[in-house]
This record gives sequence, C-alpha cells and structure tokens, in this order.
Amino acid sequence: MVESSFQVERRSNEQGAVLLELRGDCLLVDGSRVWAVVDQELQAGQGFTLDLSGVLRLDGASAALLQALRLKAERKGISVELQGASTDQQRMLDLYDCTREGAGARTTPANLKVLDQIGRATMESLSSIKDVLAFVGDLAHSIRLSFRDRSSINWKAVPGLMERAGADGVPITLLINFLVGLIVALQASYQLQKFGASIFIADLVGLSMVREMAPLMTAIVVAGRSGAAYAAELGTMKVNQEVDALWTLGFDPQRFLVIPRLIALTSVVPLLTIFSMLVGIFGGLLVAVQRLNLTTLAYFVELEKALSLSDVMGGVIKSVVFAVTITFISCQRGLGTHGGAAGVGRSTTSAVVVILFFLVVLDAMFTVFFNIFGI
Amino acid sequence: MVVPTQFGVRAQGLAIGYDGVAIQEGLDFEISTGGIFAILGGSGCGKTTLLQTLTGLLAPISGEFDVLGHGPPDLAVGLPPFGVAFQSGALLGSETLLENVSLPLRRWTDLPAEAITALASSRLRIVGLAGFELHLPAEVSGGMLKRAGIARALAMEPRMLFLDEPSAGLDPVTAVELDDTLALLRDDLGVTTVLVTHELPSIFRIVDDCLMLDRDAHGIIAQGTPAELRDHNDDPRVQAFFNRRPNHA
Repeated sequence: MVESSFQVERRSNEQGAVLLELRGDCLLVDGSRVWAVVDQELQAGQGFTLDLSGVLRLDGASAALLQALRLKAERKGISVELQGASTDQQRMLDLYDCTREGAGARTTPANLKVLDQIGRATMESLSSIKDVLAFVGDLAHSIRLSFRDRSSINWKAVPGLMERAGADGVPITLLINFLVGLIVALQASYQLQKFGASIFIADLVGLSMVREMAPLMTAIVVAGRSGAAYAAELGTMKVNQEVDALWTLGFDPQRFLVIPRLIALTSVVPLLTIFSMLVGIFGGLLVAVQRLNLTTLAYFVELEKALSLSDVMGGVIKSVVFAVTITFISCQRGLGTHGGAAGVGRSTTSAVVVILFFLVVLDAMFTVFFNIFGI
Repeated sequence: MVVPTQFGVRAQGLAIGYDGVAIQEGLDFEISTGGIFAILGGSGCGKTTLLQTLTGLLAPISGEFDVLGHGPPDLAVGLPPFGVAFQSGALLGSETLLENVSLPLRRWTDLPAEAITALASSRLRIVGLAGFELHLPAEVSGGMLKRAGIARALAMEPRMLFLDEPSAGLDPVTAVELDDTLALLRDDLGVTTVLVTHELPSIFRIVDDCLMLDRDAHGIIAQGTPAELRDHNDDPRVQAFFNRRPNHA
C-alpha cells in the first residue's frame, strides 16, 4: 500500500473564522480521513475555509469527496470555501463539481403498503394468465400458418432438441422411475403380505406406474431438464435482442423457436414415459421376487390380467398433454423475459414453478375425468 | 512507496490466442506511463484478446509481459492496480448503476457509506450519467452502459486504465467529453490509459502512442505516434486505416 503523507491542521483567527489546512497527498487511501475531518467540522455548523495550498497530489476520488462535502454543507446552509488549489487541482475539482448540472434525479421508490402490494400482485397474476392465454392463441395461429409455410420453422434444430430432451435424459428418467416402482412395491409388500395377497403387487405396481407415476415423474424430470433450459435459453436470446433480430429477418420467433421445441417434446416425452412404465414395472418385479418370493412368470401373468391397453394409452395421452404444457409455459416465460441476467433467472424459476403446478393440477383433472368415464 | 516504473506495460515475444492457437505472436512493445496508448487494427485481429491478456483475464500462449512492474497480473490475489472497462459495459444486471460503481469502493476502502455514495455518484456524473444513479442497467441505453462501465473502472482511482472501444457508439459530444476526461486523468494524475479504438478523431485528439496489429501478419505492423503513422508510414495497411481507404493491397 502507498505510504500516506496526508496531514491536516485546524486554525482559527481572532474573529473565530476556521481554516482547515490540508497537506501532503490527498488520495483515495486518505479518503476516509479527509471525509472524517471535514465532516466533523460540518457538525459544528460554522462556515470554514479549506486550504489546499499544501496539498501535493489531489486525486479524483478526494476531489469528488471534497465537492460532495461542500454540497452537503451548502444544503445545511454552511458556506465552505476552497482555496489555494493549483491550476491542475482546480481542474480536477471543477470536473467533480456537484452543482454543475444534473438531470432530474430519480428518487427511490417509496415502500409499498401491504394493500398496494396485494393489489399489485393480484393484477400481475391476472395479467400473467392473460399473457399465457394470448400466447396459446398466437401459437395455435402460428401452427396453422406453419402448415402452409413450412420453411418458417427451424426444422434443422429439431433433431438436436430431441436428442437433448430425449436421449440425454434417458438415464435419469429411468433411474428415478425404477426407484419409484421399487418404493411403491416395497411399501405395499408389507401390507399385502399380511393378508396373503402378495400376488396383487403386480396389479398395484402395474396400474400405478402406467396410469400415474410414470407420466408424472417423467414430466417432472423433463420440466427440470428441458423446461428450465428452454426458459433460460429463450430468455437469454430475448435479452440479447436475438428475438428482435429474428423479427427483423422476417421470422416469427414463435414459429421459429417454439414449434421445433413443441415437436421435440411431444415426440420424446411419450417415448420416455413408455420406458419409464417398463422400468417401474421391473422395479416392482425385483421386490416381488426378492421379498415376496413370487416367480417372474406369476408376476407377469397377473400383470397381464390387471393392465389393459386403455391404461397404457391413458398414460401416454397424459404424457403428450404434459409435454405440450411444459413447452408452452417454458417458452412463454422465456420469450417474456426482460431485465438482463436477473430477468433470465426470474423467468427460469417462474417457468419451473408454474409447470410443476400445472402438471399436478392436470394430473388430478385427468384422474377425475378417467374415473367419470370409467377408462 | 511503490517503485516508480518507466513503463506501464512491457511485453517480449508475447503470443496470444485461445486454446493454444495464436492469433498474434512475437509481440514486443512497451507502453510508457502517463500516456494514452491505443491498440489499433481491423476487426478480428486480436485487439480485445491482447487487452484480455494484459489485464490477466486470459493466459498468454507464450512469451513474457509485465504490467506496472508487478509482472503479469494475478486477478486471484485481489484488486489489480488498474481499472478495466468492457466493450458493452458488463454491469451487474441486478444492481443499480450506483451500486455497480460502489461495489469496489465498499470492498476495498474504509469510507463511510455516505462518502461511498457521494464518490460513486461523482464518478457517474463525470461520464455524464447524473440522474441515472438508481436506474438498473436494463433501463438505460447501450452508450450509457458503456459510460457506466468506465465510471466503475475509474472508481478505485487506478493508475492505469484499460478501455475496450470506449467511444464507439457514443454521440460525438459525449465522445469528445470522454476524450477530455481521459486527457485530464493523464495530465493531472498521470493515469496511463490503454485503449482499443477505431475512432480516428479520438485517436488524433488524445492518443500519444499506438501500435497497429494485423490479422494476416499475426503481429505488429506499425508503432509510433498517430501523426507519424499517418504521415511517415508507407505500409498500405496503415495508410488505409488512417486515411479511411479500402485496402486493396
């Protein structure tokens, strides 16, 4: 660190006029001492003179601090005079003169009252519902147009998107669903064994995996992997004006960016779901054979009796709806991003939260619907 | 006391680039203290790469260099003795302009909060951003972001400034004011400035010394004061640059 030679001397004459004499270097490292000395003099509430004739080096930081203190004094109605500055030092002081100009300063927003906050939040959530609906409408229109104008879609991106959302996600999706099947079977095995109903483990695991768990767990994994990625990716593109650039090149960003993602997810999520159903059933099989001493053959014979094709179709249809939901929400949040890197973070968080909420709500609606129609 | 050095930057046989592929090699140059030094050259010739290397953001491929007598800067040890302003500002998006400029002051000085606010607003004022202290970076224009980036680079009163295209994209009046500010820093405080620029008016107004890089030559093709290069250099690439002519050589 630089050795500081800053010194200050306080003098007052017979009339009581105070003179602060600054000497040596007056640099950023001395800033806190300069500030403290002059600020203390301000507290006395009397006008005084700052003499800079002994100052060897005055840097921009100290000049800025001295000018800020002078402004502070002025606001208090105290006059502080600066004297003895060399020509160069005076130029530095002039550069940092606080009173020189100043556009209309923005004031800090006042803290909102509770009612204001509730009102504002309500309006925001209402308008966000409107945004989502408008987005869905726009997109439906885009899809219709894109049948006519096939070159408006970025087809080249589709295989890559399918690989990232599908193939790359296979290991984690399978692991999670295998464990879910295993856990469901293990939990049920204690109860079923008590009643001598061990064989029904196949019905239980089979139905719950195929109808509920596999579509939902797969959708949750895809929401975390691809939903978050889409929101962040499109959000960054929006913030970097890439989306605007697409408009100026004659592309509708929705068609160019969203439809390939929609195609990718609606084709890979059902596939992932079918794989998930299978590994979940194998998770159950492991418990049936190891814990309940059933044979593999008995497990599959019972499974065949319990499951019908409509159960599998129900699960697959669900997964398609989930895929559409994930794409819609993540892309809508992504394209609605504003406010730099922080905005991208907000969009991604909100995309994942909203997707999870809708997945659970839709899943409940499906269950009720299937129940009523006896599917 | 800091050992006084005659040079701000000294490089010998420096090769720079990414992933082991050199864009420029065999760079030998010296930047003396207390001047404004410009790195010139066409697009893609490695000006920004050189700036990143000199500021310690990018490791050189080979060769040696030294900044302000401290050797190659090691950004991991703390505040470097220089300030850096990036091409598009590189402000933290979640903080206001004032907070962005206050950041290093809070970390590296013992000034009271009131003084930090006063100092940071002064830095913003000298780059013409008075009144925008509480704006977020996303709420101001590209030129304003660039100037806020310069204010932040100035915050710690550095002995040396590295600026990447400081006046590109600024209106002529603001550009001239920025030039004057840099000249004032040089004249009054002996601040050494190294800048990448294409702006000929600014080059002739304030730059003391410059070097010119070339993409195809992979090295320095000219060194000297701007006037020397314009009037006494026969290299067609240098002439094309200084006279705004297409280079058909």
